[in-house]
Amino acid sequence: MSKIKVVHYINQFFAGIGGEEQAHIEPEIREGAVGPGLALNAGLGENAEIVATIVCGDSFYNENLESAKETILEMIKSQDADLFIAGPAFNAGRYGVACGDITTAVQNELGIPALTGMYIENPGADMYKKEVYIVETRDSAAGMRDAVGKMVPLALKLVNNEEIGSPEEEHYYPRGIRKNFFTEKRGSARAVEMLLQKLKGEEFETEFPMPSFDRVEPAAPLKSVKEATIAIVTSGGIVPKGNPDRIESSSASKYGEYDIDGVMDLTEATYETAHGGFDPVYANLDADRVIPVDVLRQYEEEGKIGKLHRYYYSTVGNGTAVASAKAFSEEIGKKLIEDGVDAVILTST
Amino acid sequence: MVKGIEAYGIPVVHMCTVVPISLTVGANRIVPTIAIPHPLGNPNLDQEEELNLRRRLVDKALAALETEIEEQTVFE
Repeated sequence: MSKIKVVHYINQFFAGIGGEEQAHIEPEIREGAVGPGLALNAGLGENAEIVATIVCGDSFYNENLESAKETILEMIKSQDADLFIAGPAFNAGRYGVACGDITTAVQNELGIPALTGMYIENPGADMYKKEVYIVETRDSAAGMRDAVGKMVPLALKLVNNEEIGSPEEEHYYPRGIRKNFFTEKRGSARAVEMLLQKLKGEEFETEFPMPSFDRVEPAAPLKSVKEATIAIVTSGGIVPKGNPDRIESSSASKYGEYDIDGVMDLTEATYETAHGGFDPVYANLDADRVIPVDVLRQYEEEGKIGKLHRYYYSTVGNGTAVASAKAFSEEIGKKLIEDGVDAVILTST
Repeated sequence: MVKGIEAYGIPVVHMCTVVPISLTVGANRIVPTIAIPHPLGNPNLDQEEELNLRRRLVDKALAALETEIEEQTVFE
């Protein structure tokens, strides 16, 4: 039997090309395994081999979803691959979206078995988990070994057309697929057992978890922005020069509140970004590119808006825990209400 | 972040480049922007053109805040 041909997708960072300053690079293909592909290759054993690695910058993929996908699909076709693996992306958001998107396209458009892996809070997990197998990994590359140990067996099962077990057994995110099977006990007996466990305060496992819809109703629109006080909030990490609150460049544990009374324009000398998840050059030169203080000040003078709120709020949305972001926004929202703010412009990088 | 603030009943417009992420996290009013490292600017333009670009984006955001919506809406 000939070896199973695997094509692997990674980003510019894991390919060793560079960090954020190289996140714009276009897709390229390299022979054999690169970076984390070496560990995957070792895990795949003798029957399968990474024949090619596709590398693409995270920003390039996310800013050019359609064309990036098309180019990469062509590259994969040229390799006559039996199996496609992307990542793992851990908790890198844009990487996770790229991995989820390309894995879905390979599976659906090329009909090649495909899978990826990432951390549960990676936005790519929620976006693509129903489409493809996404293996649950830790939040950083320190979890590579663990990820290989979970991704490789599932990948081999997929390519060999073996039966795939439950999400718990195979360590992938539940895809919302129901499967019929015979059980020893009938439903009523199982329900009563579960009820008894519940009454005793014991742990029990539901057979039908309710989907969680975490949504907020759209707030009523403003009658007129001309009379409104508008506040700026950002996850782009714009801070006064020197980052006085020392907001972390990733996994932020706090946000800052900054007084922009009388500030007409953000300049290179006065503001910068604390964000470690994108190339900071452009934001550091002119932070108005992330939070439009200059334009809103002009509009305030021209009477196009009522008022720009005196304070803006900033944190770094880079691998930041959902629980932290939730806590920040609850505090920020409370302050904005108390200060009589009518609407918010929230910018993200 | 968007949801946490909008839960207080204040309309929030989310200006971001990767719209699918914004839709996934549940922003209701979304204005697509230019690029990840410079959502509201473009360093390839001269200063005046860049300012005009930013004005147009802010205009869209302000219009979104004045628009009644029933569900998640992307203001192209």
